[in-house]
Formats: sequence, structure tokens, C-alpha cells
Amino acid sequence: MLRSKDLTGLYDASAEEIVEILDRAAEMKALLAKGRKSEKTLAGTALVTLFYENSTRTRTSFELAGKYLGAHEVNIASASSSVQKGETLIDTGRTLDAMKIDFIAIRHPLAGAPALLARNVSASVINAGDGMNEHPTQALLDMFTMREKFGKIEGLKVAILGDIKHSRVAKSNLFGLKKLGAEVYMYAPRTLMPMGIDELGAHVCNSMEEAVAGAHCVMGLRIQLERQKGGLFPSLSEYSRFYGVKDDILSLADKDAIIMHPGPVNRGIELTPSLIDGDRSVIEEQVTNGLVTRMAVLSLLREYREKNL
Amino acid sequence: MRYVIKNGSVVFKDGVRNCDILVEDGRIAAVGEGLDAEKAIDAEGLHVFPGLIDMHVHLREPGFEGKEDIESGSRAAVAGGFTQVCCMPNTNPVCDNAVVVTYILSRAKEVNLCKVRPIGSITKGEKGEELAEIGKMAAAGAVAISDDGRSVMDSKIMRLAMEYADGFGLKCLAHCEDENLVDGGVVNEGLSSTITGLKGSIRAAEDIMIAREIALSESLGIPVHICHVSTYSGIELIRSAKARGVKVTAESCPHYFWLTDDVVRGFDTDTKVNPPIREERDRQAVAAALSDGTLDCIVTDHAPHSKKDKQVEYPLAAFGISGIETSFSLSYTKLVKEGEMDLPQLAERMSAAPARILGIGGGEIKEGAVADITIADLAAKYVIDGEKFISKGKNTPFTGTEVYGRIVYTIVDGQIKYAAGR
Repeated sequence: MLRSKDLTGLYDASAEEIVEILDRAAEMKALLAKGRKSEKTLAGTALVTLFYENSTRTRTSFELAGKYLGAHEVNIASASSSVQKGETLIDTGRTLDAMKIDFIAIRHPLAGAPALLARNVSASVINAGDGMNEHPTQALLDMFTMREKFGKIEGLKVAILGDIKHSRVAKSNLFGLKKLGAEVYMYAPRTLMPMGIDELGAHVCNSMEEAVAGAHCVMGLRIQLERQKGGLFPSLSEYSRFYGVKDDILSLADKDAIIMHPGPVNRGIELTPSLIDGDRSVIEEQVTNGLVTRMAVLSLLREYREKNL
Repeated sequence: MRYVIKNGSVVFKDGVRNCDILVEDGRIAAVGEGLDAEKAIDAEGLHVFPGLIDMHVHLREPGFEGKEDIESGSRAAVAGGFTQVCCMPNTNPVCDNAVVVTYILSRAKEVNLCKVRPIGSITKGEKGEELAEIGKMAAAGAVAISDDGRSVMDSKIMRLAMEYADGFGLKCLAHCEDENLVDGGVVNEGLSSTITGLKGSIRAAEDIMIAREIALSESLGIPVHICHVSTYSGIELIRSAKARGVKVTAESCPHYFWLTDDVVRGFDTDTKVNPPIREERDRQAVAAALSDGTLDCIVTDHAPHSKKDKQVEYPLAAFGISGIETSFSLSYTKLVKEGEMDLPQLAERMSAAPARILGIGGGEIKEGAVADITIADLAAKYVIDGEKFISKGKNTPFTGTEVYGRIVYTIVDGQIKYAAGR
């Protein structure tokens, strides 16, 4: 049983809640494999995807998760509409509430926006990525993928490489993985490593080799090309040379290591094409697992709402 | 008008003594035992302070009357025990000329509550480019100059401002943050910024500008005042400068000695302030520096905002805390009750020091002084509730905090401007 009507992040989630979501995701995946969609699970409910940033994969994933479980689904296109008319996030939320929406999946460029929305609506708010804060469903699908490959999370060594500072994916993974007993190693240009991340349990590494040695999971992160203009690193080619993940890491990592990336990938910058397309890559499975993880979150939040609201 | 304040515990520079104060024609006519008059304020069990002075507030008028105006801000000030407040120039239009200074003074006179002392801007429009008409503002009644809210980024302009203003007897009150280093940061850079994903602002952004103002002051031999110090490292810069005789003074605010940046983790926008609330070592350093005098005075940086300025995403919310009604209680509770300082020291930090730094009078209870007096019930305990503020700005991170020390009377020029419950 989840402890809150919302899923705004994994920082405040318990290990039990995370495991419950992963277990439910496994059930959803089994169902999908049989070609069945559980259309009664969310029957009579409505899901809004409220995206203040462009996203194809996450939004589509939420939309399909809702549809496969039988929810009515409405997409508010990048919400530029109301924002540019000056409507506040709270007012947008109240409007949706007045339309009896059950779930709002929100993506927002500013940290804390989902928490603000959650405090002001009765709908369940799911954070689909907020600024540099969190992206809990991405981390959950990553953990689901890891658990599927290795049977458990506890004891895994996970290397997260690249722009940690601006990555909500890295942070949600760190919070979740630590709770389930994995060790997280991070490597990034010092300008892209956030202050205090070691106090949160990450091993901050001095080299790519240190980060990936014996790693079970090697996760590249997307680098936003505009970071270079912000002076955070000198050039893309230098970034790629020192911080891009190359084929030779496979000889350092665990023999069963998997290659992960939250997508979309800058080919040849964060990861070499042969790693992306190679047999260790689980990048496409991550997408499938994203769908079942979001189905799991929606179905568990529905249960919370039926019992508590 | 002639009356006596009977049997109060009067806070003098050298101690607290039970005595009476005779007030006549706006001045303290006598201080002693057994004084009588036809009218009396019974101060038995209460403490009598020299009128509190807040040398750093934002009254928002002209231009932002939705957040606060001179009347609401003055009403809040006297409720908070303040007899004098100095208002920062980031109004609209900016207080960068004598006309705005005169307007503020005339509004304050109409309102007739506390003394309102305008601070002019250092540069025209607070843009950091050209000096404002500092001489004309001084002649009109400005008591200092500041581009509060931002640093004068060009060191040459700051140097010229300090020299020029010194010719009129005005000090620069320096808001210290290097804009390039702040780079859009909204909270302290550290564990809390990493946990929340809110953009951080590093201590060095503040410290670099504190160091620059000290260097300018030292090179020129001209005094400078550092606004709202929040970092332990900035305090060390001030401490060592003072030790070698640099004419630097400095202030801090209750939120810097009460709170740590853990409070931002819930994305409560009432915790968003400039410079940001920092970490435990900073909090302790601010309290210790107020105790040992490295920091000269307590101000509020009273920054009232309307609901719509705060009920938005954290990065979009306005910076600032509405603090004038809670400053005395927070300071007394945290600093005196917890043993950092005694009552005469609290009176020094909240009254005598700002009076001396700006040369605006007040700050002491003695025969012949202007009768600016604050009377408080130190035993009274209450829970802060921002929604009950008199100020238009309800934005406080202290709602729910239990404090001691309720203001009972605020007396300005001998006139009772605030009486609790009346």
C-alpha cells in the first residue's frame, strides 16, 4: 500500500513502496506478454498528462499506461496555452480538479512544481520529471530493468556517468537504489557533479575506470548541448573523449553488465553506437518497462484513492 | 503630554534596573525611583527598552502597494516594537532622487506612527551604472544609500559611490552577492540544493563581495556597512577586518540565526530569501557573531509579498520574508533565552547600534533623550501565525514557531503608537 496520494519523488518513498511498485510492474508485464490489457483496473477514471516540457517517450508511455488500464486519457499539449495566458500552476490544477480528474502526470522545467500541484489538488499527482529534482517513474523503470536482469537490486554496483548535476534521472535512481541496497558510483566533469551528492550515499569517482570497474549496470546520461555554452565544459569533443562511455568499458565491468540510458541518446557522445546497439544494451527494454512501471504506479495509486479518499 | 512609566525593568547599557521614566513633551524628562505624574503606564513585570530600530526594511511604496505601503508597514513596525525603520529604495520608481525621498517622508508624516528614514539608491535605477543624485537625496533626508537587492557589480562605481557619499556623511549599505556567481541560484548551494534540484548559490558569491567592500573601505578609509550577512566565512572576513581597524559594520537577520536550509526541502516559498538561508555552521556563526559584536546589529530585511508572488513554483517565487512583527520575539527567544547575550546587548543590537551606524538618534534611555521607548512582556509566550500579521506580507517561514516576548507598548516621541490588544 502506498503511503501518499501522489508520487512526487523517491527521496520520500520507502523501500517497501518501491518494491511494491516493482512487483506490480512485473504483474503488468506478464499480463502484457499474454497480449491482455487490464482495462477494468482504471475503468471510470481520468488521467491528464500535463507537460510543460517537450517529451515524446515519457508522455506516450503515460498515455498508453492509462489507456491499457482503461482510463480516460487527456493530453494537455505542453501547456504553453495556459502558462502564456498567465494562469498559475495552482489555478490550472484547480481547473483540472473541478473536471474530476483522478491522475495528473506532470512534467515541468522547475523543481518542486509537482509538489506544489500535489498540495493544491485532490487528484493524484505523478511527477514525470521536474527540473533538476526528480523523475521517479524513470528510476523505477530502471530499477525494474535491473531487477529483471539480476534478480535483485541489493548488492548491485550501478555506475551513473555524465551530467549528474542537471539529471533528475540520476538523483531519483540514487535515492531508490540506495533504499534497495545497491551501491551507486558516479563520474562526471566536476562542473557537472552536484555539491553534497556523496552525503546522499553516492561514490563520487575520479575516473571512468573507477566508476565502471565491476559494475553490473552502466548508465549513460543525456548531455544537453547548451551546457557547453554555459561554460560547464569546453567542447563536445572533449566531453565525449573524457566522459563518453566507450566500448572498452565492457572489459572492466561485470561480465553480465547491462548498458542503460534514459534516452534520447546523443549517439557517439554519451555512448558509442556499438554499445547502444550491442547485445548488452537494454535501452529498448527500458522503454517497454517504462510502460509497465507506469501502469503499476497508476493502479497502486488507484487503490490508495479507493481506500483513503 | 506628561506621564510616567512606572515600575518597569528598564534596559540600560550597563544593566537592567527597576525604575520609573518620566516622559514630557516627547522627551525623557527624568529617570529614577518614585517618579509620579497624573497619568501613568503600569510597567510592573514588563521590560522597557530604548525604542527598537530596524535599519533594513522594504515598505514597497511607491509602486508595490499590493505588497505593503507606508501605512501598513508602519503599523506592522510599531506592532513589532519599532520606533524607527529605514526603508530600502527598490520601489517603483526607484528611490534614486530627492522627489521620492520627499514623498516617502511626507507619507510617513501623514501616517504618523514610527519614524521612517528613507535610504536612497547608490546608482540611478539601481542599475549599477551611474551614481544617483546622492547629495540632493541627503539634503532631502535620506540617511544612507544602498542598491539593496543586488550588488553594485562594477567595483569602480562602488568606489566612487563610497567616496562621493562620504562627502555628504552617508554610508553605503552593501548588498553582497556576485551576480555572475549567483547565476540564478535560489537557495544555498549544498546538500539541500542537490536534494531538491533547486539551483544553488554558493557562499563565495556573498563572500567575494563582502571582501571587495572591505577592501574598498580599507583602501579609502571610508566606512561601509554590510547588509544581511548569512555565511560563516563572510563573518570571518568581517571579524578580521575589524581586528585591523577597518571601518566596517554589519547586520544579520533572525532567519539567519534561526533556520538552516533544510527548510527549503518542502519547497515552501516562504523560505526563499536573498541571500539564501544556509547551513548549521552558518547559523551558529551568525548567532555567535551577534553575541561577540562582529555583527553589529539585527535587522529584519522585512520583505513583504502578496500571496500571488509566493504561491507559485519555487524558482518563480519572490525573494523575501515578512519579518518586522517577529524580529523582537525571535531575537529574544533565540539569543537571550538561549544564552547568547543579555538584555543590554539585545538593546544594543536592535536599537543603539543602528542609531549609531546611521547617526539617526535614539538607542538609549536617559534623561533628555527623545522618548522612543519599546515595552515588552518577556514572559509572554505565543505561537507565530503569519496570517495574523498586520503587514500585508504574510510570508513567514516561522508560522507555528513558539516564541517569547510580546510587545506591549511602542512609544514614539512620547506618543503611544501601539498598545497590545488595543
